[in-house]
Order: sequence, then C-alpha cells, then structure tokens
Amino acid sequence: MEPIERHTIAVLVDNEAGVLARVIGLFSGRGYNIESLTVAEVDPDSAVSRITVVTSGTPMIIEQIKAQLDRLVPVHRISDLTDGGASVERELALVKVRGSGNKRVEALRIADIFRARAIDSTNNSFVFEISGSTEKLDAFINLMRTLGLVEISRTGAVAIARGAKGI
Amino acid sequence: MWGRLLFDWKRWKTMAKRKLSGSDIVIQSLVDAGVDTIFGYPGGAVLPIYDALFKQNRLKHVLVRQEGGAVHMAEGYARSTGKLGVVLVTSGPGATNAVTGLTDALMDSIPVLCLTGQVPTHLIGNDAFQEADTTGITRPCTKHNYLVRDVNKLGQIMQEAMHVARSGRPGPVVIDLPKDVLINEAPYESGKKPAVKHKTYRPQIKGDNAKIREAVELIAKAKRPLFYCGGGVVNSGPRGSKLLTEFVRMTGYPITLTLMGLGAFPATDKKFLGMVGMHGTYESNLAMHDCDVMINIGARFDDRVTGLISEFSPGSKKIHVDIDPSSINKNVAVDVPIVGDCASVLAEMIKVWKETKPRKDAKAINSWWGQIDKWRKRDCLGYRQSKDIIKPQYALERLQALTKDRDTYITTEVGQHQMWAAQYMKFNKPNRWMTSGGLGTMGYGFPAAIGVQMAHPKATVIDVAGEASFQMNIQEMSTAVQYRLPVKVFILNNEYMGMVRQWQELLYGGRYSESYTASLPDFVKLAESYGAVGLRATKPSEVDDVINEMLSNDQFTIADIAIDKGENCFPMIPSGAPHNEMLLGPEDEAEKPVSEEGMVLV
Ligand SMILES: Cc1cc2nc3c(=O)[nH]c(=O)nc-3n(C[C@H](O)[C@H](O)[C@H](O)COP(=O)(O)OP(=O)(O)OC[C@H]3O[C@@H](n4cnc5c(N)ncnc54)[C@H](O)[C@@H]3O)c2cc1C
Ligand SMILES: Cc1ncc(C[n+]2csc(CCOP(=O)(O)OP(=O)(O)O)c2C)c(N)n1
Ligand SMILES: [Mg+2]
Repeated sequence: MEPIERHTIAVLVDNEAGVLARVIGLFSGRGYNIESLTVAEVDPDSAVSRITVVTSGTPMIIEQIKAQLDRLVPVHRISDLTDGGASVERELALVKVRGSGNKRVEALRIADIFRARAIDSTNNSFVFEISGSTEKLDAFINLMRTLGLVEISRTGAVAIARGAKGI
Repeated sequence: MWGRLLFDWKRWKTMAKRKLSGSDIVIQSLVDAGVDTIFGYPGGAVLPIYDALFKQNRLKHVLVRQEGGAVHMAEGYARSTGKLGVVLVTSGPGATNAVTGLTDALMDSIPVLCLTGQVPTHLIGNDAFQEADTTGITRPCTKHNYLVRDVNKLGQIMQEAMHVARSGRPGPVVIDLPKDVLINEAPYESGKKPAVKHKTYRPQIKGDNAKIREAVELIAKAKRPLFYCGGGVVNSGPRGSKLLTEFVRMTGYPITLTLMGLGAFPATDKKFLGMVGMHGTYESNLAMHDCDVMINIGARFDDRVTGLISEFSPGSKKIHVDIDPSSINKNVAVDVPIVGDCASVLAEMIKVWKETKPRKDAKAINSWWGQIDKWRKRDCLGYRQSKDIIKPQYALERLQALTKDRDTYITTEVGQHQMWAAQYMKFNKPNRWMTSGGLGTMGYGFPAAIGVQMAHPKATVIDVAGEASFQMNIQEMSTAVQYRLPVKVFILNNEYMGMVRQWQELLYGGRYSESYTASLPDFVKLAESYGAVGLRATKPSEVDDVINEMLSNDQFTIADIAIDKGENCFPMIPSGAPHNEMLLGPEDEAEKPVSEEGMVLV
C-alpha cells in the first residue's frame, strides 16, 4: 500500500452559485477525504473566491483530486501548497472555557503561553481567540479540556506559499 | 430570388438589434449554432419555448413519448454525426426523467445540451408545483450546469454551454430555465458567433512535444507492442480515426479496441485483434497481458478492460493519450502520459515517426505476430451451429453479411446481445456503432436508433436488442411511427435477462432469481398495432428471409428472433480475474470457478 499523505490545496474559483456544492460534491461523490475546507471571496472585482481544502490520500489519489478539481468548469487554478515548495498555514479558533478559582487562573496562564487572547470574559468564563498551525490549536484545545472547555469554533486551515510569487 | 434574399437580409438586420424573449433567444442561439433537430416533450414550464417553436420552421422538434427517450435519441444523433444532441424537457418530472440519459452521456463522453424548464425565479425554493432542484440533482451527472436567473445572461450562457458540451472531453450540459426568464426580453445579436474564449475552461488540445517524441521512441523500440484505443479516438472526429489507421499501418503493429472504440480502426484489417476486455477476444486480452509497450490512445483503463488491476499487463511500459488529465493515472499508473486531443497527438506522432525514420526490431515484431497468430488459431468466437435452434452468433453473422454493403448504423441495448453484436458485427468506420458502455443503460438502443435515423434518414439503422431491454423504452415505437422512421429493432429473444442469467449460472449455482421475462408481448402483433411491420424467425433457416424482408421495407420494423435461451456469451474474463484466465466456452466454465474476491465485483 502506498502511504497516506496530507495535502493542503488552494483552489481559485469563480464565485458563482453552486460552486462550493460542486467542490464538496466532488469529494463526497468520489469518496475523497475533507479534513477541512474554507472559502471566501478574495477578489471582489473579478468575483473570484479562494477555497483552501486539506485532504489526505495516497499520492495517486492526491493527483486524482487535483485533476478532478481542475476539471470543474468554474475553477481558475489549483495549487498544491504541500507539494509546491514552502508555504505557511494558519488556522483560527474561538475557544470558550468556563470555570473559577485555580482552573480559571491556569486557563489564563496557558492562554498566555500560546499567545491566545481573551476576547470575551465574564466572572466565570472566557472566549479565547487563538491562531496558528492546526497542531498548535489542537494542543491548546487539549489543555483546555481539563479546565472547563465548553465550546470550540474553528475556521479550518488557510494557507499561502512563501516568497514573492503569487499563485 | 434576389428579392427574397434581400428581404431576409433586412429581416436579419432588424432582428440583430431587436429585443427577443428568452424563448426566442433559446431558439435563435440553437439556430445560430447550427442545430437543426431537438428532441423534447412539453409541459407547463416550457410552454413559452413550445410557443416560440410553433412560430418558426428552422428547428425540427421530435416529440418523444418519455423524456428518458429524448436524451438517448440526442445521444444517438450526436454519436452518429459528431454534432451536439439537443433535448428540451419541462420542469420537475420532465427533468428527473432525463437524469439517466444525462448520466449515460457523462459516462460515455457524448455532447448533449439539455434544456429544462423551471418554475419562475420568485417561486424557486418554495416547493412550487413541478419544482425540482434540477441543477442540484444534475450536478454530479453533467459536465456542467447552469440556472439562468436573468434573461440578459441567457444568450451568453447558451453559447458557453454548447461550447462546454462539445469541446475537450465532450459531455452533457444542463441549462435550467425559469419560466419568467423565458418570457422576459433582452437584446440578442443574431448571426454567427465568434469562438468562445472561456475565462476558466480551456481544454488542452496539443500534446507536449517532448513527451510525444519520448512516446515515439518507445513505440519504435518495442518488441511486443500493442495499440489499445477507445472512444477518445471517435470523439476526436473522423480525422482521429484516419490518423490512427495511418499510424497503425505505418508501424505494422497490432491493435485492439474497447467497446466504445469500435470503428476507430477498420475491423476487417488484419492488424485488428478484435475487442479487448471482459468479453473481448482471446488474442486481444493475451496481447494486452503480454505486451511490452502499450499505446493507449483515447481509452480510459475501464475495469471491464483491465480486469484484476494488480495483474493487468504487468510487464509493459504504458503510453496514454487522453484529453482529460483526470483519466491519466486514475486506475493504472502510466509511464508516458500525454494530455491532448487524439487527432492532434496522432498527427504529431506520425510527423515525428516520418522525421526520425526509426528502425523497428523486425525480428521481435515478427515473432510477436507469430505468437498472436497462435492465439488467433484458438478461434475464440467460434460456436457450435445448430440445425433447429437459432444461435445468437449465427443471427448476427447473417445480419453482418446481409448489411455489410449498405450504409448501416448499429445501436444496441445492454446485455448478452450487446456483447455478441460487439463481437460479430464489423465496423470499418467510426460513428457507426452506438452503445451504452459506461453506464450500461438498458433501454438506450431503441431511442438512440431513432436519433441516428433522424440524422441519417436514408441509412439502415438497426437496434440489436434484447427483449428485456427493448421494453425499457418501448413507448418510443409511437415516435418512430409518427416520424415515419424506418428503424429496425432486431430482437435476440432469449426470454431471459440473459446477461443476468449467465452470471447466475456462473456465480450463483444456477439459481435464476427473477431473471426470466414472463408475459412477453407478441412482438409481431405489437408492431402491427402501431401500423408497423413485425417479423419472426424461430428456425435457422428463417433468419435470412427475415433479415432480407426487414431490410427491404421502408417502415419501422421489429424482427423477433427466437434464439437459444441457454446460450452464454464467451469469451469471458470473470470479474476479478487477470486477462490470462479467460473462460473460452462452456467447457471452461466448470473447470474454473470464480474467486470469492470476484464475487463482490460487478
Ligand atoms: C455489459 C457490458 C459489458 C462490457 N464489456 C466490455 C468489454 O468486454 N470490453 C470493453 O472494452 N468494454 C466493455 N464494456 C464497456 C465499458 O464499461 C466501458 O464503457 C468501455 O470499456 C470504455 O471505453 P473507453 O476506454 O474507450 O473509454 P470512453 O468511455 O469512450 O472514454 C474515452 C476516453 O477518451 C478521452 N477522450 C475523449 N475525447 C477525447 C479526445 N478528443 N482526445 C483524446 N482523448 C479523448 C476521455 O477523456 C476518456 O478518458 C462493457 C459494458 C457493458 C454494459
Ligand atoms: C436500466 C438497467 N437495469 C438493470 C440492468 C442490469 N442488467 C444488465 S444486462 C440485463 C439483462 C438484459 O436482458 P435483455 O435485454 O433481454 O438482453 P440479453 O442479455 O438477454 O441479451 C440487466 C437486467 C441494466 N444494465 N440497466
Ligand atoms: Mg434477453
């Protein structure tokens, strides 16, 4: 068996009705994994959106995913950020923690270490905003579990290639 | 005459500036794109288009009896001409009835434009009468689809949709048309349109030159080469087949074709080894297994062809030419991938071959042909003729013999008869063979034949049918009769879903669960009830007479050929088996039980 790889793929699409359904339908219809998927318009003038999808599969499957994405009519361009040289990848999470006393102090201390910001606080709760790699967010969230974790909202990864060149 | 021309010109000039209703834009766009025939069925949501159709005479509308039939007709029309097939159906049930045909066209890369009616834009999403989420439903079974919300975008979308359906790897495209969009008006410029330059969709036509040179070098050095070609060559037009034939003859190498590729290379040429795959010839499959260089042009390594992937042609270097990058390295990893149109790449290959004048390994090639001739001697398509019972193979051999000098087009339904037709009918030209390969849609062949006959009114068009499949779109008899189409339905009647029965015999201990077709109609009387011709043969001695009579009349005709009910289709590579483990006939069947792994495959 070929090894399973994790790839982050950026897809530039026309921001038209149904385009996200096309992309998601392709993944579900063909049985590909979606670990995360984010989408937002990045060029309002030409109505182009950027989808960042994190997926996994054997190298042959990853190639197939890219070819299939490229085949969709409203897709402008795709870029495999895992294959195409160095890139940076970030994710943002909002993490709600409830507690008092020592646990509350400990939560704040850990947030500080992780450079998470408290963007909402009450007498017995915080909402932290944290950004970074997916692994960093996982680690932070894991630590919060014993400190009164209530709820998590994550964006999924966005990524971009390092250096001066555009996609 | 000049007066008339002048008048038309003036009319055209004013038309060019005029505002048209959405319905008129639909029709004018089709006319401007050279469409002459559409297959459809009316309903509330498309009444504005039907009204516009009524007022013009440039588009011929063929009224079908069920929308599913319309799409297969458009497929037959398209596959036999290389042109776009156009369908018009109403919203809701009209659109959902079209889904099977759309999926069929997607699987077999057939250019089809399907116009569907939709409830008015302000009602979309309200569960309005005959509303269905047509773009949602058809997204996975079309190459692309559109919902038009603004009549001002309609002209552009029509043009783009036809371009997408026809170009690159062809396929079905749906345009969903809300009723208010059909009624509203927008400016439309009539006349010939410049070629579409799409902002994102640009299929690659020309192959990479370095790769083509690499391929030619590999081809030249081969010791046991084999061309394996498919539907992509047919898709690339008659020129593709011409160039393929030229290149194969230049090299002197053997060639096999897929079910979808039949006709892309002349079947009567000695270099043709017959069809490849599950029901392909012994020599083709063994050559696939043993070759050292496989030259795949426009075929997609379908599982009916590869059999067990892990043992598929283990020792060969593989070249793959395909216009769709997603077809390459999908099932089988290849050594020299070339993305491009078959005709364009073949022209380049021929150029490079002539330029480099390669020296072939004549000795190796000779002994390869020697080996192939030994395989050929097995005569894998031989069968035991009978005096009393009509063997399906015999019926088709006679059909082939009695039609070979005519301008003939063959369509098929799905099942044993389809495979026998592929084995025993000989196609020397492309676009003469219409069959449902990828989806395997029973009920395809008869409407497809109607579509073919619409495009080629003078030709002999025959649907080689099974009695079960024919019943899946049997309602279209009324269409054939209405348009006086002399389509011939040649039923190989075994009273069974023969292909199912065969699998049950081979894999399920002969437990023939629900595969017998009870209560069959009397097909002769059935034809007569439509005012058409019905014929029957029950003995081998009657076959020629029935065929001759079928061919000599100019009416819609059903020929009911009562064949051996127990006949199985051989050769056969059971699912999950490698190419060199073929069943050649009934004798093998007992010896080689099908593996458990194979049981889960279809
Ligand atoms: C009961 C049954 C039994 C079957 N048994 C067999 C069998 O024994 N043998 C067999 O071969 N098939 C068999 N089939 C059919 C099989 O399922 C496939 O449909 C068929 O093998 C596919 O043919 P193909 O590879 O030529 O591809 P097609 O489906 O014709 O696809 C064409 C390929 O060419 C590419 N292409 C399209 N246009 C161009 C162009 N202009 N230039 C370059 N490339 C282009 C496409 O991207 C695609 O990859 C059977 C089907 C049924 C229903
Ligand atoms: C719409 C559809 N339903 C079911 C099948 C499965 N199937 C494949 S072949 C076959 C039997 C076809 O019987 P018939 O048309 O009589 O042809 P024969 O095999 O007897 O020649 C069936 C049911 C199919 N291919 N298509
Ligand atoms: Mg039958």
